[in-house]
Amino acid sequence: MTSLLLRNGRVIDPARKFDAVADVLIRDGKIAEVGVVTATADEVLDCTRKIVCPGLIDLHVSVRDPGYEEDETTATATAAALAGGFTSIAALPDTRPVVDNRAAAEYVILQAARAGNCRVYPLGAITRDHAGQELADIGQLADGGAVAFTDAKRPVQSAEIMRRALEYTRMFKRPIFTHPQDATLTAGGVMHEGYYSTLLGLRGMPAAAEDIMVSRDIALAELTRGRVHLMCLSTRNAVDRVRRAKQQQIGVTADVAVHHLVLSDDCMQAYDASYKVDPPLRGREHIAALIAGLQDGTLDAITADHQPCAAEKKDRELDQVPFGIVGLETLLPLCIEALVEPAHLTWPQLIALLTTGPARVLGWKDRGTLSPGMDADVTVIDPDVRWTIDPNEFRSKSRNTPFAGRNVRGRAEVVLVGGEIRFRR
Amino acid sequence: MDSATVSAAPIWTRQHLLGLQELSAAEITQILDQAAEFKRLHAQGETKLTPLKGVTVGNLFFEPSTRTKTSFSLAAKRLSADTVDFTSAGSSLSKGETFIDTAKNIEAMGVPLMVVRHSTSGAPHLLAKSLKASVINAGDGTHEHPTQGLLDIMTIREHRGSIAGLTVALVGDILHSRVARSNIWGLTKLGARVIVCGPATLMPPDIERLGVEVNYRLDDVLAEADCVNLLRIQAERQRSAFFPSIYEYAHFYAMNGARVRRAKPDVLILAPGPINRGVELTPDVADGDRSVILDQVSNGLFIRMACLHLCWQAQQRLQAGGHAG
Repeated sequence: MTSLLLRNGRVIDPARKFDAVADVLIRDGKIAEVGVVTATADEVLDCTRKIVCPGLIDLHVSVRDPGYEEDETTATATAAALAGGFTSIAALPDTRPVVDNRAAAEYVILQAARAGNCRVYPLGAITRDHAGQELADIGQLADGGAVAFTDAKRPVQSAEIMRRALEYTRMFKRPIFTHPQDATLTAGGVMHEGYYSTLLGLRGMPAAAEDIMVSRDIALAELTRGRVHLMCLSTRNAVDRVRRAKQQQIGVTADVAVHHLVLSDDCMQAYDASYKVDPPLRGREHIAALIAGLQDGTLDAITADHQPCAAEKKDRELDQVPFGIVGLETLLPLCIEALVEPAHLTWPQLIALLTTGPARVLGWKDRGTLSPGMDADVTVIDPDVRWTIDPNEFRSKSRNTPFAGRNVRGRAEVVLVGGEIRFRR
Repeated sequence: MDSATVSAAPIWTRQHLLGLQELSAAEITQILDQAAEFKRLHAQGETKLTPLKGVTVGNLFFEPSTRTKTSFSLAAKRLSADTVDFTSAGSSLSKGETFIDTAKNIEAMGVPLMVVRHSTSGAPHLLAKSLKASVINAGDGTHEHPTQGLLDIMTIREHRGSIAGLTVALVGDILHSRVARSNIWGLTKLGARVIVCGPATLMPPDIERLGVEVNYRLDDVLAEADCVNLLRIQAERQRSAFFPSIYEYAHFYAMNGARVRRAKPDVLILAPGPINRGVELTPDVADGDRSVILDQVSNGLFIRMACLHLCWQAQQRLQAGGHAG
């Protein structure tokens, strides 16, 4: 019997609509009691002026292991996740080889156990080798631990294959995650199509490419009664379509990447590859629509869309540089800057989008809450500490961030996984 | 050789010439005046000047070019510079070296002025950040081609005295044209009215926000245009369904004799080339009395001399001041 008491923090547990200064008692890795705790504990952490909340969950992290260890390994990705306040991450299957078979899924779990940091859940491929042609071993991937299926940044272009995938995965009660984009409209694209792509002479990726695919996937979810989760929504029309689909009770959920809330396409004027992301940074009107979508529940979760990339790959001509920002360690302060400081969201609303929201997408009832009896996955946040983002201090193996040198507020101070302190600043 | 420098001009402070977007009207005018001065000296028989004596100019052409490369090479030689040419075919790039490393290696051999052509927009900007050398953009992707814009403007100014108040039509593939963007910036800053004209599929979004008017029909703009600049159509783009056929393109946009007769009598016909005879313009127009195409080519040499000279002077001043910019 070991016990730990988190004393006198602002405890936010959106699952139970709890938001009050309280103590959290953890015993044998489980949440034992939340409230005014009189019992003693083996260890006491003073959490005065800190936020105590369920451990954060990221729905899709590019872990790059196996095959791209020059960018990231499971050990570095999970260390970065902990430092960012995450206790659970789902790992994208876009590795080499692709996680399109049971052995590959089990390797993801094995690597996570070896790393011993946060929880890692494999995402399985929809199609073999992400080629978009034939279904991967979806049932066996589910048996091997895959919590959802996705072709990551290579969305299934054939509506027929997508239809079959949505039908087939219904049997396993797991959603399809998709990056909604019509590839015929974005081929060779580097940034959002609009005034700035014209100005810079860079090939554009029109918002319509996303709008079309969101509409298609909603139609297919309705047709199949399947469950589709749209990753990294970035356009105004996409948010509108998801809002309407939810009103019609269609099985659709969606998330947004935090960088789409703080950066817009004018950033590309520096021709700096660290701003090159997929979907691309959009204009201000899209940002406003995304924030509205977070406020009214159209968007279920916020993600870092962590895409680590070795320096030698980013230090190239813009059209040859891979997309992506390394994001796990900067998500929390950016959320505070984009959403809490301007009062778009309250703290409990933000925490919900990082805990109960993603848990609901995956159908999890035992994660993302501090309900007594649950595994004690807990994040203690200092919401006020001011610091400067320095990529040299990242636990991630990669440094591809446009946020270097940014003065920010708030970060995770202590992270518990299963009651064990896995991270302490 | 300071005697070749235009007197009373403001001091040029830019080490790099990356585009015309960031230049002021005064800076553009300074380059034009400097080029005109080099041209005047040349006409007087001073074909070899010495301001770049002992300096090596690197011509880094990561994308093939004949005319621009020859023009820069000759411009450097007329200023008494040595030149070293780099082309990507058969180079260390094909061995996997990045173009930044290639440029750094050439810089390390003592090359303080780099003329850079690259198929990726922004590539010279990346080099400017990575090198101490001056970078002169000789065309980057579909972004800018500042010396081409300048030589077009110099040619118009020679024939018309000034740019302000003129109406210039840029015709053709605006979407993929770095020449169009440099012309738009240069001409609008100097007070011209610019109409971009081409098929809707080759018109980039929000181009009006660059300060131009859009018209899809060349026949509608002919009566108003003082100058018509016919941008090159790359036949290979036809495969991407930007327009149905070369034949149909020429039907609507080729400058032919009939269209010249409907234009202003003193219209100037420009083409940055290389031209496809019968596509952008017909041979009778290309070789006709309204065409200033060969003037453009001649002026290109003096514009490039001016750019090399001004950027080199700025670099020396910046280094003398202890901080390279």
